[in-house]
Amino acid sequence: MSGRASRIASLFAGLCAASLAGCAGPQSVFSPASDQARWLHGLFGLMLWVCGIAYLLVLAFLAVALWRARGALAETPITEPHDGRLQWGLRAWAALIVAGLLTLAVASFLVDRALAGAEPRGDPSVRVTGQQWWWRIEVKDPASGRWVESANELHLPLNQPTPVEVVSADVIHSFWIPNLSGKIDMVPGRVNRLTITPRQLGWVRGQCAEFCGLQHAQMALDVKVDSPADYAAWVARQAAPAAAPKDPVAARGLALVQDGTCGQCHALRGTAAAARAAPDLTHIAGRRFLAAGAAPLTRGSLQGWIAQPQALKPGAEMPATGLSPRDAEAVAHYLEGLT
Amino acid sequence: MTAPFEIEVVGSVEGLPKSAIGPRSLLWWGTFGFMLIEGTAFLLAAAAYLYLRGQAGGWPPPGDAPPDHLWGAVFTGVAVLSLIPNLWTARMAKQKRALEARWGVLAMTLIAVGLMVVRGFEFAHLNLRWDQDAYGSVTWLMIVLHTTHVVTDLGDTAVLGAWLFSHECGDDQFSDINDNAVYWNFVVLAWLPIYLLVYWGPRWL
Amino acid sequence: MTGAADIHAASDAERCARLAKTWGDAPGLWGFLTTTDHKKIAARYILVAMALLVLDGLLAVDMRLQLAFPAVKRLGPQGFNESFSLHGSSMLFLVSVPVMEAMAIWLVPLMLGQRNMAFPRLNAFSFWMYLGGVLMLWIPHIANVTPDLGWFEYAPLSGPNYAPGHRADVWAQMITFTEVAALAVSVNTFATIMRLRPPGMTLARLPIFLWSMLISALMTIFALPAVMLVTSMLITDRLVGTHFFDPAVGGDVLLFQHLFWFFGHPEVYLIFIPALGFVASIVETFSRRVGFGYVPVVLSLVSIGVLAFGLWVHHMFAVGLPKLGNSFYTAASMAIAVPTGLQIFCWIATIFGGKPVFRTPLLWVIGFIATFVIGGLSGLMTASAPLDLQLTDTYFVVAHLHYVLVGGAMFPLFGAFTFWYPKATGRVMSEAWGKVAFWLILGGFNLGFFPMHILGLMGMPRRIYTYSDAMGWGPLNIVVSIGSVIAAGGAAVFVANALFSYWRGAKAGPDPWGGATLEWATQSPPPAYNFDHIPVVDSLTPLWTQTGPRPVLEGLSLDHRELLLTSPVEAEPDYRQHSPTPSIWPLLAALATSAMFVGSIFSPWALVWGALPVGATITAWFWPKQPRRHLGDKP
Repeated sequence: MSGRASRIASLFAGLCAASLAGCAGPQSVFSPASDQARWLHGLFGLMLWVCGIAYLLVLAFLAVALWRARGALAETPITEPHDGRLQWGLRAWAALIVAGLLTLAVASFLVDRALAGAEPRGDPSVRVTGQQWWWRIEVKDPASGRWVESANELHLPLNQPTPVEVVSADVIHSFWIPNLSGKIDMVPGRVNRLTITPRQLGWVRGQCAEFCGLQHAQMALDVKVDSPADYAAWVARQAAPAAAPKDPVAARGLALVQDGTCGQCHALRGTAAAARAAPDLTHIAGRRFLAAGAAPLTRGSLQGWIAQPQALKPGAEMPATGLSPRDAEAVAHYLEGLT
Repeated sequence: MTAPFEIEVVGSVEGLPKSAIGPRSLLWWGTFGFMLIEGTAFLLAAAAYLYLRGQAGGWPPPGDAPPDHLWGAVFTGVAVLSLIPNLWTARMAKQKRALEARWGVLAMTLIAVGLMVVRGFEFAHLNLRWDQDAYGSVTWLMIVLHTTHVVTDLGDTAVLGAWLFSHECGDDQFSDINDNAVYWNFVVLAWLPIYLLVYWGPRWL
Repeated sequence: MTGAADIHAASDAERCARLAKTWGDAPGLWGFLTTTDHKKIAARYILVAMALLVLDGLLAVDMRLQLAFPAVKRLGPQGFNESFSLHGSSMLFLVSVPVMEAMAIWLVPLMLGQRNMAFPRLNAFSFWMYLGGVLMLWIPHIANVTPDLGWFEYAPLSGPNYAPGHRADVWAQMITFTEVAALAVSVNTFATIMRLRPPGMTLARLPIFLWSMLISALMTIFALPAVMLVTSMLITDRLVGTHFFDPAVGGDVLLFQHLFWFFGHPEVYLIFIPALGFVASIVETFSRRVGFGYVPVVLSLVSIGVLAFGLWVHHMFAVGLPKLGNSFYTAASMAIAVPTGLQIFCWIATIFGGKPVFRTPLLWVIGFIATFVIGGLSGLMTASAPLDLQLTDTYFVVAHLHYVLVGGAMFPLFGAFTFWYPKATGRVMSEAWGKVAFWLILGGFNLGFFPMHILGLMGMPRRIYTYSDAMGWGPLNIVVSIGSVIAAGGAAVFVANALFSYWRGAKAGPDPWGGATLEWATQSPPPAYNFDHIPVVDSLTPLWTQTGPRPVLEGLSLDHRELLLTSPVEAEPDYRQHSPTPSIWPLLAALATSAMFVGSIFSPWALVWGALPVGATITAWFWPKQPRRHLGDKP
């Protein structure tokens, strides 16, 4: 029995080791890219060691207990055992548990303090609003002091502690970018904050972590850590109004967006479309993904989305537009130019 | 069929009584269990009330009026005074005095009916609806929760009274009268903190 | 009433015949509907719960097929959301908790040497209400009104603005049904263990199993009102426009979570604590020695029961509560590892100091230790407030909760099922097939759930119906799905073994395992009256210490249902309690209550008009049988 148990244990250890190697990625606790995520990663490592040793101790004791003797049901049971050594074992075991727990509790407390200590005073420069099923992004433009709106793609400056304010427009969502930070819920009626100090350039990914209804699975957030210069450029680009149509087809697309159904929910700054119910499209073509990560943003996916949003993301708030294929093409062509 | 093992009869329980009253009786433990459940529900409702109060900017929220005092005070006064006949009835039951216990149960039924009328006036003078805001909702929750207990006890007492006036009272019924009185004590005592929260919470608590 | 001489004169055969007549049920359908026999009621509970376990397992396999590969189109978002909502709600409210209660209903009187529970009609009522809850969830499922918001249905997602239709109402009322049933059972179990112990079974000689059932009954009493309160608030928000969870007018969405988890965390323990009771009985019997560390184990159970009420906030670390409070809940959550760890030591020490016999029930306990401890340790990780921010609502937690609930509660339950099966049916389950089922379930389970820890750390959130290939979650997900199919195969072997053994298993006799406690001191299956005489107890393991003829008491009526009541602490004989006869009224009361609950989904007035038939049926149920009094009679 003990042989089989240990074989199973070693199987899991192997499985674990094999898969850990392939666990790094754009949305993984194993690839920390900020101070906050690194502290948590370190805490996880400590916990894994302490818990791993505890587990091996339990298995070893169990194996010895099973291996020592065999009995039969017909044997007279022991009703007055002599357990002096085991009594001492119980005390030692209790002491071990308490020591292990103290280690973990203190480490946990220290990480919590570090997380709290990293929070800068002052107002947040990024506000993220969770909505069924996408993310409204607002960043403060340091040039004008105004809030600039975007959606589903967030940029953060390298090495700067960035306070992020998260709120909800409808139900509870949870803001989670594993490579950068633990999650924080977006709770209706409350304003929550967390701070991220990115330490690594590049793209990472976040995803809603609190079940929020039908399309909870397709509520992703594309996140880019920029150098401070790139970040400033990104903010400036987002602050600019929508690019003017470059050709007649695009112009027709703009007209359809403004006068048709699109403008009733979406905003394109610099045009007549100014509704705020749905994602801001001013710079939609500058983003990598469509509909909160539902598909990579290409001309084809844009056009498909405009024609049949429910096919790509069933249940999404966007209704079928009813545009003719030619009109949908014109709109897609126009949007494609909005970098 | 016989027992599967050899046995030795070491005694008999034949001489034991066939009924008990108060905490010795089995039904008392059932009543006690349900009082624990309901008491927990009252406590949690009170916690919810205080929680919402802590989250709110003011209590009552700006624009809401606190409930009128009169009928709440009348209910509380009558309920507390009703403990006197209630305890007397329980004592009569313990002494197995059927005549007195029967009239006691009838009196408690009438008192509970009276309290239900007072409760009706209380609802009318809460000065708020359950659907106007969370303050209204949680205030109504507390009073409705308590009212269901008054109704339950009223039903129980009325049925017990009707039974006692039409049947011969056995030992088990004395135990029932006692448990019924214990439950009424619980209903009255549970009211006191609710009264404080509902009527004084929006004023100075 | 039977005269004294009559009792003594009765021969063994005659007294058994008279007892069988007194405690038996009417034949046919009427007997089926009116029975108050705790064994029959428990068997119904267990059969329904097992059937649901199979259905919920199939739902799990269905979800695993959806998630086995990236971008599978099988279920779609609605289908998937319904599947996990149904799986979770059904497993927690209709399987895990009720099946543990059912084990209490079946075993507690037997282990106490008694003939029934304290309140037999309440027991029948509990089952009918539980059945009502089962139908409340599954009939709407057939009618496509399946709840689709998880087993927790957080407001405001479940509130009037975001959950139109009746799916959320169905969920909330299903809970009302099952909680009424569970609360009634817990009062019943509590009173039974406190007052119906055999003479000599002082609290210090109460078997661990009974301690565990006593503690979980008390926990139920304190925990379940919270969920009834919160679902009632949800229903009134949806039905009559209250605003408990509406922040626009002073409500608070976190109130829902506080109340839900004030119930939800203890709930996990009131599934787990009875399982510890099974483990205690099995380990003792198959180690052939009295369990090691009676006092530490009892104190551990009590402290788990108390601590369980101080940790609910650890389900809410991510909602943004003050950090200081979170540190407190971290410490409290970690502290529960002390009593749990000590118990694990005591079980292993019992095996260490005894002579283990490797029958299937003991294998399940070994599987329990090896699997549950992983869940306990991953629980320590989620107990850390900062680390939990990376773990909560990911597959790490899916792994953790299944290690705790399946490894910690279902494995002991399967062991208990195998262990007490011969007592219930008179036949022993096949050892060989039992072992096959054990290894398939143990292996399949670990293969299926261990990789989920890694998936969670790789960023896979819970409750998603699809994921893209680019996430890199594909390979582990296919492993998970294969594991779950293997475990499902093992479950099929287990069920087949149970069914086959019912007709073909080896005859058991009264005591096939050489057990230590009173349930083994009667025939298998026990007769309607359970025991011929009242056993007297002089130790924790009476059947092991009473080597000569077993001491018993006599003197309970043979022709009326009577139970012996004893004092709450010392178990001194106190009085003879009349025990109610079979009755149709519990069923009718349950029907009336069901009508009231179902009606209140549609109109608040159902509570007013529905209360009248409820009152009427309950009055009839309790109506005492005494001679009528005539006007003018002396009282």
